Amino acid sequence: MTLLDVADLRLSFGGLLAIDGLSFSVGEGEIVSVIGPNGAGKTSAFNCVTGFYRPTAGRIALRGRDLRGLRPSAVAGLGVARTFQNLRLFGELSVLDNVRAGTHLWLRQSVFDALLHTPRYRRSEHECTEQAHHWLDFVGLRGDRYGPARALSYGEQRRTEIARALARHPCLLLLDEPAAGLNHGEKAELLGLIRRIRDLGVAIVLIEHDMGLVMEVSERVVVLNFGREIADGRPEDVRRDPAVIEAYLGGEPHA
Amino acid sequence: MKGPGQDPAAPGPDSALSGPDSPPQAGSPPGSDSALSGSGSSSGSGSGSGSPSGLAGPAGAEPPGGSRTTGSEVRLRGTTKPPTVASRLLQNRWAGLAGLLVALLAPFVNATPYALSVMTSAAIFVMLAAGLNIVVGYCGLLDLGYAAFFAVGAYTSGVLATRFDLPLLATVPAVLVATVIAGIVIGAPTLRLRSDYLAVVTLGFGEIIRITANNLEVTGGPSGVYGIPHLADGPVGFYYLTVAVVAVAVAGAARLGRSRLGRAWRFVREDEDAAEAMGVHTYRVKLAAYIAGAIWGGLAGVLFAAHLSAISPASFTFLQSALVLMAVVLGGMGSMPGVVIGAIVISILPEILRDLADHRFFLFGVLLIVVMLLRPQGLWPARSKEALK
Repeated sequence: MTLLDVADLRLSFGGLLAIDGLSFSVGEGEIVSVIGPNGAGKTSAFNCVTGFYRPTAGRIALRGRDLRGLRPSAVAGLGVARTFQNLRLFGELSVLDNVRAGTHLWLRQSVFDALLHTPRYRRSEHECTEQAHHWLDFVGLRGDRYGPARALSYGEQRRTEIARALARHPCLLLLDEPAAGLNHGEKAELLGLIRRIRDLGVAIVLIEHDMGLVMEVSERVVVLNFGREIADGRPEDVRRDPAVIEAYLGGEPHA
Repeated sequence: MKGPGQDPAAPGPDSALSGPDSPPQAGSPPGSDSALSGSGSSSGSGSGSGSPSGLAGPAGAEPPGGSRTTGSEVRLRGTTKPPTVASRLLQNRWAGLAGLLVALLAPFVNATPYALSVMTSAAIFVMLAAGLNIVVGYCGLLDLGYAAFFAVGAYTSGVLATRFDLPLLATVPAVLVATVIAGIVIGAPTLRLRSDYLAVVTLGFGEIIRITANNLEVTGGPSGVYGIPHLADGPVGFYYLTVAVVAVAVAGAARLGRSRLGRAWRFVREDEDAAEAMGVHTYRVKLAAYIAGAIWGGLAGVLFAAHLSAISPASFTFLQSALVLMAVVLGGMGSMPGVVIGAIVISILPEILRDLADHRFFLFGVLLIVVMLLRPQGLWPARSKEALK
């Protein structure tokens, strides 16, 4: 069953066409990778789905519900969580508080509860902290979770960002280059983590440059170049697709 | 007699901080009211639809006793260093209660009318700083016109009380309505702006309110409103009333800061886009901070009107806004104990320096610069490190 359906998506900045007719879909609990040379429009597509950019044309639907025109918090409210290409943690706040952000949408607590410290306040704060610990355990964070997030190592910050997204209890998780800057061992752990997230029933869309990881973990791969989709299929088929080989090895430079 | 006399008072109101055990009555319920609608609706956008799609699967189904359920993963709860004695003392609510006690005992040390007046003003200033701390410290919105809300509260209460011969207490509901409206009117159009633009616009609004008060007949023009009734019998009674109200207000603000809404404020301060991506409706959350700040400022205005029994536009200048902001920065943005101390320093120091006559504001400025150079993070900064429970 289709969870996310993107059809004929177009996005232009002034005269520049960043996305030029992109269509792809993601099924429930599926892992889909979006790959392509730098500047192909991958992150722009993410930003369209999550409401940060307003697409010029096209359709984006989550379980049949139109996402266009919704603000990012409303998209998150429908069950979409994301991480950012360049980490966007709340640096001065504790690691736990960062993950508590994920609980914002479902934590039941009114201002009166907070002012009067009602039993509901205590219960919800306890649950919120337990959840934060739970997801930090889930991603295998080893660093100090009471200290500020900026004090963590880069790899640990990446994990924290994933834990924050998971604490939202998403049905769709968008990971923007989660392996960037990770060493070999960390990448192997990330591979296992992505599979465990999928096993929870969460669908994952992955933007990634690390082909080893992409080929290993994805059920389907969508290849973009110049804002267009040039291939969409199983990893082994995409790898042999002449158009993909040309995009990556042929005519145009890529970093 | 002034110097040492006020000293004990100084830590006093800060203690107000600790009042957590007294049920917030004065400031909070209304505060919560509007703030509630903010946070409530922010979740509303997501929650209704969120929970179903929220995939009861991963976490929903699992009991919150989370950490146990994962199984396969490493289970290290970070380094668990025992907190030092000093940090225990600082975190402890006993520090706040002790401060409150000092505030309560201060009149027994020095109860001259002058000392009581200074201490009462300091307590009112603490309440202003606590309110601005919600806006600037928690939510990161630079507001250069905070005196506007102070003025709205003082004028609403003063004008109603003198025109209709009402007791001051009876004007409080009207003050709450007026400050919430002022918060929305000033906040709604400006909160879409980012930092520096917001600062400029709030500066403008602050001046507009003051100039309006200066020119309206109802507000008494430049001479203001006088003959405002008292709230309590005698300066000692009013001092204790003020300390009680301010204690509740400071505790209420601190409690808001430790709630779901308070966390959302900090998320907005740290990174608006990331907060939005986690489902925080940043606009509503910012408006909630603004309205809460307006209510705190407005109620402080009522106390101010009752204290001086006369108000005029000269009390609500940009300098007043700047002084409150200075208290927040000096004490430590986002740290309620720090802000309370900052407010006491800012309000008491000029009195202590009074013997220096014309030079006192010069020395006041120099001292502030020295403190900020030595402790740029504030006198009692907010901790990034979370307390171990």
